[in-house]
Amino acid sequence: MKINKNIAISDSGFVFNPVNGESFSVNPIGAEIISLMKTGQAYDEIEQSLMNKYSVEITTFERDYFDFIGLLKQHNLIDTNEEA
Amino acid sequence: MKKRKLCIAVSGLNAIDSPGPGVAVIRGLREAESFDVRIIGLSYESLEPGIYMHDVVDKTYQIPYPNAGAETLLARLEYIHDIEKLDVIIPNFDAELYSFMKLEDTLKAMGINTFLPTMMQFEERHKVNLPEFGKKYDIKVPFSKSIFSTGEIYSLSNDFEFPMVIKGKYYDASIAYNLEQAKSYFNKISAKWGLPIVVQQFVHGTEYNITGLGDGKGNTIAAVPMRKQYITDKGKAWGGITIDDKRMIDLTHKFVSQTKWRGGFELELMKGQDNEFYLLEINPRMPAWIYLAVGVGQNIPEAMVNLAIGEEVIPYTDYEKGKMFIRYAWDMIVDINEFHEISTKGEL
Repeated sequence: MKINKNIAISDSGFVFNPVNGESFSVNPIGAEIISLMKTGQAYDEIEQSLMNKYSVEITTFERDYFDFIGLLKQHNLIDTNEEA
Repeated sequence: MKKRKLCIAVSGLNAIDSPGPGVAVIRGLREAESFDVRIIGLSYESLEPGIYMHDVVDKTYQIPYPNAGAETLLARLEYIHDIEKLDVIIPNFDAELYSFMKLEDTLKAMGINTFLPTMMQFEERHKVNLPEFGKKYDIKVPFSKSIFSTGEIYSLSNDFEFPMVIKGKYYDASIAYNLEQAKSYFNKISAKWGLPIVVQQFVHGTEYNITGLGDGKGNTIAAVPMRKQYITDKGKAWGGITIDDKRMIDLTHKFVSQTKWRGGFELELMKGQDNEFYLLEINPRMPAWIYLAVGVGQNIPEAMVNLAIGEEVIPYTDYEKGKMFIRYAWDMIVDINEFHEISTKGEL
């Protein structure tokens, strides 16, 4: 699963989709996930990276992560061509 | 090297809540790299703000309303040309384009250049003819119908679902949610802009616009797409952002290459819930937000003037994405003598 490659994200968590002009604000963890996705990291790597950094149960992480991905999909921020 | 100085007349100085493109076009011309300008404003009313913006417009002349006819307009332009020696005229109102297109050859013979759509292009893209246009060029347009009386509104429910958009021939559009509203908008808009009234199926979605320039040979010289971010109650963009949508650019290239569009234009699009773009309108001139295109690297007014005077123009291929325009209103303090001058002498 890949984030659209031309999505811009600022340090403060402002996300801009240049294809349709929509913009969003995400919290610091959301910004971190998007930044990791932008570097091409897969789910396992992102999970590893965040589990090492934060004290969180794996089940909680998975639930929140896929909720967040669902939101990204809903707002056309995920590259559906790459999904397969 | 000293730049050539051109005398360019520009209309559409009504920088009001439903603004004309004139002031934005002039800003582009003043930033042109290939020439310097003396700007002559062409106004219809004494309170068009551009008349009083002396750092934008060097001198303004009032011109007759389009319903006075092309001959009356020509007489006025001859007078202005005698004094100013115009090189180019850029008309910016849909309603005046017909007269200027009609006078194109006469103006050319006088040494005044224009770069306008052909009469056929102008008519074909007219909102009255948009369904046929869509069919001919394989571009999706919402279903629409021209009507000439309020009586016809009652039969519309066979073809349309509410809401529907009630549109004037040249300007104005209102969304009607029931028959009563449709009738009321029909009367209001037809009183202002005449008949027919165009009824268009409302498309739910997000509004996008694209402005561009065609060279008349099928080449797209410029194209900048924008998403409206702030829309006034008149439906005008008061803020917008450039975007990077390949489908919109492809649609523009298709429009220009198939119609061999000559001049500036604006395509008004709605991205429906099915993620498809629907063409709502084609404006046969630059839009009021044209300065956004200048600001992101495509000086369409400059390119258009160069095409008008026969210079070679290299097509723009890139622009900055994610740049916004935010419009604002500004109160100027004006001496009554200036208002007096333009009102009585028709010049300022």
